[in-house]
Amino acid sequence: MTSVPDGPPVPARVVRMRRSIHRTAWRELKKAPLTAWFGMVVISIYVLVAIFAPLIAPYGQSEVVSTQPYAPWSERFIFGTDQIGRDMLTRLIFGARNTLGIAAVTTLLAFVIGGTFGILAAILRGWFDQLLSRAIDVLMAIPALVFALILLSIFGSSVKNLIIIIAVLDATRVFRLARSVAMNVAVTDFVEAARLRGEKLSWVVRREILPNILPPLVAEFGLRFCFVFLTISALSFLGLGIQPPTADWGSMVRENAVLITYGDITPLLAAGAIALLTVAVNFVVDWFLHKTSGLRDER
Amino acid sequence: MLKNPLLQVVFQRLGLGLVTLFVVSIIIFSAIELLPGNFAEAVLGQSATPETVAAFEKEIGLDKPAPERYVEWISGVVRGDFGSSFASRPGYPRTVVDVIAVRLKNTLFLAGTTAIIAVPLALTLGVLAALYRNSWFDRTINVVTLTTISFPEFFVAYVLMLFLAVKFPIFHSLSTLNPGIGFVESLKRIALPVLTLTLVIVAHMMRMTRAAIIGLLGSPYIEMAQIKGISPTRLILRHALPNAWAPIVNVIAFNLAYLVVGVVVVEVVFVYPGIGQAMVDAVRSRDIPVVQACSLIFAATYILLNLTADIISIITNPKLLHPR
Repeated sequence: MTSVPDGPPVPARVVRMRRSIHRTAWRELKKAPLTAWFGMVVISIYVLVAIFAPLIAPYGQSEVVSTQPYAPWSERFIFGTDQIGRDMLTRLIFGARNTLGIAAVTTLLAFVIGGTFGILAAILRGWFDQLLSRAIDVLMAIPALVFALILLSIFGSSVKNLIIIIAVLDATRVFRLARSVAMNVAVTDFVEAARLRGEKLSWVVRREILPNILPPLVAEFGLRFCFVFLTISALSFLGLGIQPPTADWGSMVRENAVLITYGDITPLLAAGAIALLTVAVNFVVDWFLHKTSGLRDER
Repeated sequence: MLKNPLLQVVFQRLGLGLVTLFVVSIIIFSAIELLPGNFAEAVLGQSATPETVAAFEKEIGLDKPAPERYVEWISGVVRGDFGSSFASRPGYPRTVVDVIAVRLKNTLFLAGTTAIIAVPLALTLGVLAALYRNSWFDRTINVVTLTTISFPEFFVAYVLMLFLAVKFPIFHSLSTLNPGIGFVESLKRIALPVLTLTLVIVAHMMRMTRAAIIGLLGSPYIEMAQIKGISPTRLILRHALPNAWAPIVNVIAFNLAYLVVGVVVVEVVFVYPGIGQAMVDAVRSRDIPVVQACSLIFAATYILLNLTADIISIITNPKLLHPR
């Protein structure tokens, strides 16, 4: 950067344009507060653990390795064993994979559904928008957890049902946001120009609208992920979410909760794993919102 | 007749609220329509004969057309009769009201106590954080509340239980309520669930109050008052607060509504005999009438709270009070 170029001087403007997106991102990252860094490091560790779970875990996911239920912490079983003698650490590691995976799929699905309909409603307006918006007003009048409980009592608990139910319920929130931000962009001149040029609807959405509404949607993705993750954990904790023998943090808390009354902190490991991840995501989102602003209260 | 635009808006909202309640009741009612065909067998068990299945379907009224059953159900609900639970058998009648009446009272006791503690606390903290924004106080509170919001309720609950009931036995770890224990003793029993719920909703409420006040403090008329040299206390109480009621009421309603859902998990953790616990049990045993009753109560509370907030923020809005 400091080297003086030979030959004809390069206009400063060009140099500035050459700063790659990675460099800009890195510059912003270096200025990020400690909380955001903490969040990003924690999230990366979780993702790595989730991906390489079978390599890291000392035993199989639902392998009964000890005849002693609720075995105390030892060298062989670092965090002891659970109610039927499965290794706690192994279950925690596989729990990362199952809980994170299901939450991520659900959030993605919620964004695909809610985002698509939200943007379409913003562009098409008219009866399509009216119908969807009113329907969603009513859906949102029932608390999501209560709605999820009703639907689960009808369809029964299975991972597939869980993903679909939570995704549809959360899609209503995504719809609201996507619609309101897309509404602002859909009325701008450049969108008008693109449509007059005869661009297809999908082109307008992908090239004109989506890039402009991405920052709030990305932040919402983080927050939504937290909500989904917490809802799924809460449902599993209530015994209505992810079903055994699949290792999952919410159910692990419920299955081992009795240990708390003996002063054993083992059940808190799974609960803490959930808490730590949501804190981490929130810290990163908080910083991201600060950066892209618009949604923050500070001026 | 309704010349006053304020009244018009209020009635409009009331009407809208009623329509929402109606649609929600239809959705909840349709739960029974959506049941898979083999549901009777699922409830009655594998050994159910075709006759018992038919009798069961007749009993829950599946032999009549849906609109007729809806009218029957909703007119019962209005009179406080939610029908009978799937758990009732001939010779062992068990109505939904039997299951949930006492529990509803318990839940209201828990939620009410929480609200009495949490609302003033959160508003005070929120106003303080807004007044001293970007100070160390504000920053600390920001990080602490962000952390609390991110915790699942059961994590907060078990940590409190571990420290305040097991390591240092100050409170009861399980909040069982027996008839006959005094009011003070009941309060002591529900201390931990109340504390858990308070921690969770104070964080939400305080952040929202802070945001509302900060948004307000940016407006030009407040700046004008500041330039005039008015003391901060007077500025907040006389100038900012009257305009802040609408957002603050919204914040309170939003969080009380959140409490409606929060009780479900907390009740299960502390084995508190409340309606949330009843609903979870009913979902697990797929006792649809009880699920319907509980969800209708939850949804109605939620809608009413939001409606109240809406109306209060309309009638405290100076722009609507003095129409041009």
